[in-house]
Amino acid sequence: MTALRSPLHNEHVALGATLVDFAGWEMPVRYTGDIVEHTAVRTSAGLFDLSHMGEIAVRGTDAVAFLEFALIGRLGAVGLGRAKYTMICAPDGGVIDDLVVYRRDWDHFVIVANASNKDVVLAELVDRSAGFSVGIEDESAAVALIAVQGPASSAIVTAMTARDADNIAALPYYAATNVVLTGDIHAFVARTGYTGEDGFELFVSATDAPEVWRLALAVGGSRIIPCGLSARDTLRLEAGMPLYGQELTRSTTPFDAGLGRVIAFGNDANPRGDFVGRKALEAARDSERTRVLVGLVGDGRRSPRTGYAVTDADGTVIGEVTSGAPSPTLGKPIGMAYVEPASSTPGTDVLIDVRGRGEPMTVAALPLYKRAQ
Amino acid sequence: MASVPDDLRYSAEHEWVDGEIAVGGEVTVGITEHAADALGDIVYVEAPSVGAAVTAGEVCGELESTKAVSELYSPVTGTVTATNDELASAPDNVNKDPFGTGWIFKVQIGVEPSGLLDASAYGDLTA
Repeated sequence: MTALRSPLHNEHVALGATLVDFAGWEMPVRYTGDIVEHTAVRTSAGLFDLSHMGEIAVRGTDAVAFLEFALIGRLGAVGLGRAKYTMICAPDGGVIDDLVVYRRDWDHFVIVANASNKDVVLAELVDRSAGFSVGIEDESAAVALIAVQGPASSAIVTAMTARDADNIAALPYYAATNVVLTGDIHAFVARTGYTGEDGFELFVSATDAPEVWRLALAVGGSRIIPCGLSARDTLRLEAGMPLYGQELTRSTTPFDAGLGRVIAFGNDANPRGDFVGRKALEAARDSERTRVLVGLVGDGRRSPRTGYAVTDADGTVIGEVTSGAPSPTLGKPIGMAYVEPASSTPGTDVLIDVRGRGEPMTVAALPLYKRAQ
Repeated sequence: MASVPDDLRYSAEHEWVDGEIAVGGEVTVGITEHAADALGDIVYVEAPSVGAAVTAGEVCGELESTKAVSELYSPVTGTVTATNDELASAPDNVNKDPFGTGWIFKVQIGVEPSGLLDASAYGDLTA
C-alpha cells in the first residue's frame, strides 16, 4: 500500500527532509538534525507539518449530548472558541485514542485524532451516534495542520496576519479563533501544542497549506526552522505528554496514565449522564492502582527505550519502559515507564535492562521539563 | 547525496575501511555518511574494546541516536588495536566527520578480508 502524502510533501522534499513512513503517511522525521530542531523549539521556534492527523467534524442539534455520551469529558462545558484534551474509551475503559476537541460553534465541534487511529475513531463515533441528531464528517483530507511552536511563536504568527495581529498575542492557552492570514488565507488558529512550549496550531485548507508553510518560514526568518517527527517526539517526552501507542493503549485506562482528571463523572450539583466506558471507569477509579506512570532520568549515556524492562537492584522486574530517548534539554537519558506502585516514588533507584545490561536510572515526577512561565 | 570517498573500501553493513587491507595490516573502521545520516544525531557509541577479537560480518558494538539504536558490525576479522576515545565526549563527530574524526576503532587483520566493496559498488548499494 503506497503511503499517503501531505499537501506539504513538495516543501519537505525541497527542504531536503528525510521522509519516513508514519501511520501510513510519508512524513519528515528530520530536516537538519534532531537535536538542532529540538533546541530551536525550546529557544526560538519550530515549524511542524501535522497534516497526517485526523480532523473529524461533529455538527448538529445533538452535538453536545452526543459528545458527552461518546467521549469521557464534559464537552458541553467547553466555551465557544475553546479546546479540550479528552479521550474516547471502549466500554471496558481502555483508551481508543486521546484527542483534542475544538468548539467552533454552539453545535459544531472538531475532533483531532492521531493519524494511526483516525479510522477507528471515526467508526466508533459513527456507531455511537445512533439516536443522536448529528452529522459526522471526516475532514482530514481537506484540512492541513501546521504548528508553530516555541517562545518566538507568538511574534511569528502575529506577523503572519495583518487583520488579526492583536488576536494572536492575546489568545489564551487552549483557545482558538478564526484568522485571516496574509494573502487572504482563512485559518482556524489554536493556542495548543505538543511540545511544552508556547505555540499555535493552524488549521488551513490543504490547498492553502504550501503558501502558509512558506509564509511562516519567510516571516519567521532566522527565528524558525522546520522540525520533524523525531524532534516532536523528544519535545513531548520531555514535557511529560503521553503518546498513544506507548503510554496510552487499548489496555490502559486514563487512570493508569495518571489522567483520571480527564474523565468527568459529574456530581450531585452537576450530574453527568451515561457515557461509553462509564461503569468500567468508575470501577477502575474505585480500585487500587496496579501500575503508575512515572518519569525516568539517568546519568549514563544509554537511553531507556519502549518495551525495556524496569527492574529493582536485585533484577526483579517491576515495570516496563513506554518511551525513552536522550533528552537534548536535560542532557541526559530520560523516559517514561509503568512501574508497580511500591516503586513509583520520585527518587526511587531502578535499573533499566538496556539490551542485556542494567542501566541505573531514577524515578522522577512528570513532567521532566517545564518551561519558564 | 552522501559522499563515498574513492580511496576507501566498504562493507554491506555501511562501514568504511581504510589502511592496509591484508593479513597483518592495520585498518581504521567507521560508519559511512549514508549510515550516519540515516541514524540521525548520534549520542553514544559503543565500540569493541582494545584487545577484543572481532569477526567479519558480526556485531561488535552499537551506535545510539536520538531516534534509534543500531548495531555496529566489524567488516574484517582480527584483533582491535585502538578505539576512538574522543567519541565518548563528542559522539557527534560520527555525524560531522564520519570518514575522519568520526572513526570508531582500528583492527589488526587476522584473516584475509573478502566481500569488501569499492566506492562505486557501495554507491550502487546505497543509491
